[in-house]
Amino acid sequence: MSDAYRSMWKELGLDLEAHDMLLGVLGNAYQEIYLSQKERPEGMGYFDFVMSEVHGLRIKELLDEKAAGRKIVGSYCVFVPEEIALAANATLVGLCSGADFATEEVEKLLPRNTCALIKSAFGFKLGKVCPYLESADMIVGENTCDGKKKAYESLGHLVDNLYVMDLPQVKSENGRALLRAEYFRFKAAVEKLTGSVITTESLKAAIQTVNAKRKAIHRLSALREADPAPISGLDALLANQVFFYDNPARFTASVNKICDELEKRIEARQGVFPAKTPRILISGCPQAVPNWKLPFIVEGSGAVIVGEESCVGERGTRNLTSESGQTVDEMMAAIVDRYFQVDCAIFTPNAERLAHIEEMAAAYRADGVIHYGLQFCQPYLMEAIPVEKALEKKNIPCLRIETDYSMEDAGQLKTRIEAFVEQLKG
Amino acid sequence: MERRFAGIDIGSRTIELVVVDGKGRVVKSLKADTGFDPMAEARRLMDGVGYDGIMATGYGRNLFEIAFEAPTVTEIKAHARGARAFFAQATSVLDIGGQDSKAIALFANGKVKKFEMNDRCAAGTGKFLEIMARTLGFDIEAFGDEALRAEKETAISSMCTVFAESEVTSLIAKGQDRREIALGVHASVMRRVAAMLQRAAPEGDVVFTGGVANNGCLRSLLAQKLGRKVRHSPQAQFAGALGAALIAMEGKGR
Repeated sequence: MSDAYRSMWKELGLDLEAHDMLLGVLGNAYQEIYLSQKERPEGMGYFDFVMSEVHGLRIKELLDEKAAGRKIVGSYCVFVPEEIALAANATLVGLCSGADFATEEVEKLLPRNTCALIKSAFGFKLGKVCPYLESADMIVGENTCDGKKKAYESLGHLVDNLYVMDLPQVKSENGRALLRAEYFRFKAAVEKLTGSVITTESLKAAIQTVNAKRKAIHRLSALREADPAPISGLDALLANQVFFYDNPARFTASVNKICDELEKRIEARQGVFPAKTPRILISGCPQAVPNWKLPFIVEGSGAVIVGEESCVGERGTRNLTSESGQTVDEMMAAIVDRYFQVDCAIFTPNAERLAHIEEMAAAYRADGVIHYGLQFCQPYLMEAIPVEKALEKKNIPCLRIETDYSMEDAGQLKTRIEAFVEQLKG
Repeated sequence: MERRFAGIDIGSRTIELVVVDGKGRVVKSLKADTGFDPMAEARRLMDGVGYDGIMATGYGRNLFEIAFEAPTVTEIKAHARGARAFFAQATSVLDIGGQDSKAIALFANGKVKKFEMNDRCAAGTGKFLEIMARTLGFDIEAFGDEALRAEKETAISSMCTVFAESEVTSLIAKGQDRREIALGVHASVMRRVAAMLQRAAPEGDVVFTGGVANNGCLRSLLAQKLGRKVRHSPQAQFAGALGAALIAMEGKGR
């Protein structure tokens, strides 16, 4: 198995030595953070397998798809509509941006005070360790925050297949028109890439496929309302992370299978932590795989995470695309409607996000909210203080965290989070 | 024999051990430098001290938890409890320790309402004062009193300890009065912690805990800036250990 993968990685142009190191670190972290958890649902075995094969079997599948004529589109953002890629005979995958890699090389191209997520995306390219990136026929960048949009100018010199999608920053009619125009431009670009024209049937099927995936995650999220929590925040985050990589139909089936198991657990009042464990909602920046730092510390400090108001979480997966469209144009309009609701902090004003945080805190019966900000992520850090103030007005305790992917502040974070958990226990 | 409870605060600079009786009265307070082997220092401090239960706090609490199988509590909760032991009505607590500083707001019943910490950098910590005292040639114990003797302040603009040290060195070279520089150094720390305190705990008298609370200059600058009363106990440095001991006694620790 391993030898076949090695030649596959080599053909993709990966730096095998660096890649071995990455997989070694990842394997150890997974062991320490995930496999050491107690009372995990059996269904998580599927995700353990996915993670163990994240650069192996899944890449082989993608390469097999390519050999059969499909194209691979890589993305860094939840604004890139998976429905359009699927309908045009392409597979959409999230690209690696959740761990520090080749930082010294990255800082030759990007300022030091760039957020960890952007640096990571560059690190995986410069370090030649992301097989998704190297398998992709098209890499989609998007004009979200200033950091990302300027960074894509530099990434464009490192790859020859970068496509940049423009995005609105205001939820106005003009904003909607821009998103619509950009989605049609993206549709044309993917059709050109694959040579497959999107049809009513293919788009309808794609919308159904992606909706099914979202519905499975919605079902999982709703089960997290239970006390005792039937699944850890770490495991639920992992499902949300794998959402971006896995074969959609298989992912949907696997999440639904876990949900069946969780329903039985809830009926038996069985949980991963005792009942009355302090419940925390995480809100803020995305936690891309393998960034498990915050939930690892939180759930090691006597609390359980019950929801993620995040791109890798409910901000990214909430809201279905309407399936009622009868023509490609109607379905494209439905896609625009669905994605235009994403309440990313690049929008101004962005009151919908605050309303969603409050809604989630109530739905998941959170005792407190941890606002997770990546250092130098201006949009979310700017929103952090107003979010904290608004939550405090509603007597919802809030802890603002600003951190990166390194472990150097783990001790300080642990102290803050333990103190926050003590505060929630009263 | 009456039951006794101990609290040990393993800080970056010092370790404090406090023992209370079943009514929460302090029966013993001990202190040692943390040094480079905190657990050995802790063991030495605990040697011959009798107690029925011990609770650890401070940045070394997790090491202690493993070495002595003792429960732990964070510095935040421990200092909050200690501050309430000094002043029963306290609702705003400021702790300046060796490597971090924290502002804590309490509900009227003493529970933690909100807190903020500066833990990423030495500015606004005891370490900053210590380095500046050394650069200016003052004994750390007398640093505050010396600064209070200055008639005016020489402003220090750098927040960063490393830059501030070079700034102070160049001010000395220019022949500036070192007491005036000392006052500037205190004002710099004060501004930093005052801003944190106003955000996290903006109301009521401030109870100042931790070793730096003994610095009279900082207390008076803070009171002036905040327009709030700044209170401290002569035992302020033992607040964390006392809080942990009381929490152990009350059986509220985890």
